[in-house]
Amino acid sequence: MEVYLDNSATTACYPEVGELVYKVMCRDYGNPSSMHKKGVEAEHYIRGAKERLSKILKVKEKEIVFTSGGTESDNLALRGCARANRRSGNHLITTGIEHPAILNTMRHLEEEGFRVTYLPVDAAGRVKLEALKEALCDETILVSVMYVNNEVGSVQPVAEAAKIVKGYNPQILFHTDAVQGFGKYNIYPKRLGIDMLSASGHKIHGPKGTGFLYLDEKVKILPIVFGGEQQKNIRSGTENVPGIAGLGLAAEMIYRDLDVKVALMRDLKAHFLEGVSKIEHTTVHGLTDENSAPHIISVGIAGIRSEVLLHALEEKGIYVSSGSACASNHPAVSGVLKGIGASKEYLDATLRFSMSEFTTKEEIDYTLETLYDCVPKLRKYTRH
Amino acid sequence: MEFHSFLIKYGEIGIKGKNRFMFEDALVRQIRFVLKDVEGKFLVHKTYGRVYVDCEDGYDYEETVEALKRVFGIVGICPVVRLDDKGFEELKKEVVSYMGEMYPNKDLTFKVEARRSKKTYPMTSMEINAALGEAILGSHAEMKVDVHKPDVRLNVEVREEIYLYSEIIPGPGGMPIGTNGSAMLLLSGGIDSPVAGYMIAKRGVALEATYFHAPPYTSERAKEKVVDLARQVAKYAGPIKLHVVNFTDIQLYIYEKCPHAELTIIMRRYMMKIAEHFATADGCLGMITGESIGQVASQTMQSLAVTNAVCTLPVYRPLIGFDKRDIVDIAEKIETYETSILPFEDCCTIFVAKHPVTRPELARIEESEKNLEKIEELVKTAIETTEVIDVK
Repeated sequence: MEVYLDNSATTACYPEVGELVYKVMCRDYGNPSSMHKKGVEAEHYIRGAKERLSKILKVKEKEIVFTSGGTESDNLALRGCARANRRSGNHLITTGIEHPAILNTMRHLEEEGFRVTYLPVDAAGRVKLEALKEALCDETILVSVMYVNNEVGSVQPVAEAAKIVKGYNPQILFHTDAVQGFGKYNIYPKRLGIDMLSASGHKIHGPKGTGFLYLDEKVKILPIVFGGEQQKNIRSGTENVPGIAGLGLAAEMIYRDLDVKVALMRDLKAHFLEGVSKIEHTTVHGLTDENSAPHIISVGIAGIRSEVLLHALEEKGIYVSSGSACASNHPAVSGVLKGIGASKEYLDATLRFSMSEFTTKEEIDYTLETLYDCVPKLRKYTRH
Repeated sequence: MEFHSFLIKYGEIGIKGKNRFMFEDALVRQIRFVLKDVEGKFLVHKTYGRVYVDCEDGYDYEETVEALKRVFGIVGICPVVRLDDKGFEELKKEVVSYMGEMYPNKDLTFKVEARRSKKTYPMTSMEINAALGEAILGSHAEMKVDVHKPDVRLNVEVREEIYLYSEIIPGPGGMPIGTNGSAMLLLSGGIDSPVAGYMIAKRGVALEATYFHAPPYTSERAKEKVVDLARQVAKYAGPIKLHVVNFTDIQLYIYEKCPHAELTIIMRRYMMKIAEHFATADGCLGMITGESIGQVASQTMQSLAVTNAVCTLPVYRPLIGFDKRDIVDIAEKIETYETSILPFEDCCTIFVAKHPVTRPELARIEESEKNLEKIEELVKTAIETTEVIDVK
């Protein structure tokens, strides 16, 4: 049995999306900037995708900028806005548990002379709003708070955070990295006071190398790549038309009957949590209620290094991730787990199980059975 | 300058008496092997007791030289300009322009060394030397002749065509692969073992390799890393048959039954045994390890002796007297270093004790091993389930 529980790393492409991408790639391959019919045809796909995305977010079509993925969207939002708004101030705020796409971009901006405040989180992995209030100052130009944490699945109080920021000074821009939240939640930036939102295609059963940044029309931004001035010169480079078409379709498909899908995932999550609690010396990081993402479960299993358990599960056809897959190549201990104050025995002994709408109860049961079998065996042999 | 051929100079092969042809054939074979992925068409041939690589137009010079520099047995690679014999006057012109183009910074001393294998040529070698030297002096006033220690020796070989060459690019030396049998390399993911394999291969020995992995304690990526290392060594050593042994059960069994401090040393003894099994089966004449005295607990003189005691084949340890720094230098040169330092756990480090024995006694280790009643069975299973990968 093959059980893919690493959907926060990436997801399987919807077959319909794959077919569309292939069609656009091989048949409707025009350059949207071309003046002839082939170009116009290609442009239609982009407009179609914009239409789909703007409907989902309830924003304007022209407020969607296509990128190569979540990382580029984050880079564009942070670097593009920090530079464009430098005259208003040089202070940026984010949280300590962001994805490296945010954290490393912020560090880069620090080298360029910006001051950055990294907000602490509570034991549930939610940013401390009191700390946000204290951090805001006259110099603040941008605040970035992720929607769902990718490692422990905590849902951030984005609405409250945006309200605090806008209440302090409506000119301060509010960005959210919604790579793990888009496709799981109905997110309406205009209602929440979000000026910018990053999302990625391959986390929602779309193609890799695709993503977008929602950019409120009034936001001042500078490009970070230069070239043929496509996408109103915010993001030069010939649009990835097949990818964009696929992204649009994937978004539409994942939001179809979203409530039903999410409810199913919540049931599975509860079932899994109940099963895991039967294993001794385990813990679940972050929250398990409505304030946690429906698809992410972070479990600490004391006494077994996460890498070993990961490979043991792999042998049984179960694919999971240790910490965050994006950062797992360098086996540094997770900053997020430290941030939420996880106890020492779990720091290098935590696995992330992440589901999708395709996850079944049989798969969860099989995973639990495998854990019941593997964990005691592996605990027998430890390094001392 | 466009070169049409390479003259391959080889050292030790020349002195191997009646075996010479065998060494030359091995050299030609290995040159063909490394050139098969290089852009261009090549004819590798032996003529008048020399090995030449003739290149068709449009080949990639840099790539060709890089490939030839990986062929053991080659001491020098001379890029050759090949000319049609259109008479001596024409030759003079060509030689003058060759010197001008090769050495634009003309303040140097030179000597012309002509050889005439086409005895019908109307001039003797001495006459050619003198006339060409004069022509060069006449056109490049800054160049001077020095017959004893010239900066440049211009070789002019007169045969059906005329060959000009003056540069020697150093080769790696050593002996052609396959002229000295084969040996089994114990390949880990570390820095040392690929270097050890390289060094023995350099003496003409073809390689096989054995790698021990321990899933789930070691990952698929750790195995891939070892395959990558083998592939890099194979660029020099030719194809390598890599045996991938699943060592988990043996390791856990030893862990369960023997004193923890002795785990590594006992493990290594079983690794040697298993590797030797494959070595013997495939007719290898020895085993190769990357051990170096005192580098870690399992490589003290006592530990080496205890490990060695299980083997009947000779175990070659080319790095035995090397410091880490020296090993790293070679690893960097042969481009295995970057792969070697990728941070994947290998099976030697998983359960390593805090204080492993550093002065094991053979008798005591053998005593501990008596607890391993089931081990023969586990070894048998490990051998039977071994995966073989042909690395090219």
